Amino acid sequence: MIFNIPYLAVVALILIGLYAVLFRRNLIKIVIGVTLIESGVNLFLITLGYRKDSVAPIYTSNPNVNQAMALPVPQALTLTSIVIGVAVLALMLSFIVHIYRHYNTLDVRKLGGDEE
Amino acid sequence: MTRRDTLAVVFFVVVAVFFVFSALMMRSFGPSADPNDTDYFNAPMDDYIIDNTQSEAGANNGVTSVVFDYRGFDTLGEATVLFTAVAAVVLVFRRLKK
Amino acid sequence: MSGMSKIVKTISNVTFPLIMIYGLYIIAHGHLTPGGGFQGGAVVASGCAMILVAYGSIWTMGKIKEKNLSVLESLGALFFIGIALFGLIFGAVFFNNFLADGGVIFGDHVISGSTAADFNTGGVLPLMNFAVGLKVIAGLFAIVLVMAYATTRSSGGGKE
Repeated sequence: MIFNIPYLAVVALILIGLYAVLFRRNLIKIVIGVTLIESGVNLFLITLGYRKDSVAPIYTSNPNVNQAMALPVPQALTLTSIVIGVAVLALMLSFIVHIYRHYNTLDVRKLGGDEE
Repeated sequence: MTRRDTLAVVFFVVVAVFFVFSALMMRSFGPSADPNDTDYFNAPMDDYIIDNTQSEAGANNGVTSVVFDYRGFDTLGEATVLFTAVAAVVLVFRRLKK
Repeated sequence: MSGMSKIVKTISNVTFPLIMIYGLYIIAHGHLTPGGGFQGGAVVASGCAMILVAYGSIWTMGKIKEKNLSVLESLGALFFIGIALFGLIFGAVFFNNFLADGGVIFGDHVISGSTAADFNTGGVLPLMNFAVGLKVIAGLFAIVLVMAYATTRSSGGGKE
């Protein structure tokens, strides 16, 4: 079990983000929870591409010619995922500014006209 | 507690148990790269990219050659997403002329 | 928002060229060291956000309209697609790397194995790094500037 610590860190990040989305009322705390879930998924993508005793897949003037290298494709996909996360976060925050101007509150249970 | 709160607690507990069990049962972190070991991880596409990135793409950086040369279509889609997000944010904050 | 005191403005004047040089170095050497267009663009956009915080959003919006930033971003995107379509002419494949081992520009031959880095290699990759870096700088700075200007108390408040 000691060798699965990166996967347990991923699970911890995703569960903390899910708790913030489900059980908090302030809109900004919900947005922070969504960002935590995205960070957990990015970390999971990177940890899938590691091989034992390997370095980054970049050719330098290294005297050891038989050095194993990590996989480059998961790192490229994680770059795309991070940029998409930034775009979603910018849009969510601008919608929160608009909601605050219209309703004058940030409580998620007081929005919408149809409370039971 | 309302009905929504009990449903949220049940959902959270089910998802937490599922995630923790699957994290403990995954393969160990860092499989070996030597073909003679027991937990050898076979990755033929990435081995081809690492071996041929200097002759085909002409760059020393393997990640950049994957992002811009071998998988350039994904970078095109990502540039479109960034452009759409900037356009939407500027659109939300426009000033109506009274 | 209003600007900050004179000490903050002076120090950010001194620090902004250093941040810009560091970010442009990461963009330009994307085919040799870790980095590239997206990472270096984020660094330069952070430096521009520091200038925005130090000088206030009203002064910055007066100097730099967001129309100029959108023109810059569109130029970056058109340059990126233009290079990709150029490969269609020279090799009948979209995104063809037609400058690698070519000899015109960025076209030296790379010796296989562990070698020292040569800046003149890479083919199409450094040009694409510049295009994407310009796009990311203009896009992120436009987002931060528009959001800071629209939430000022004395600027009318937008749509009510």
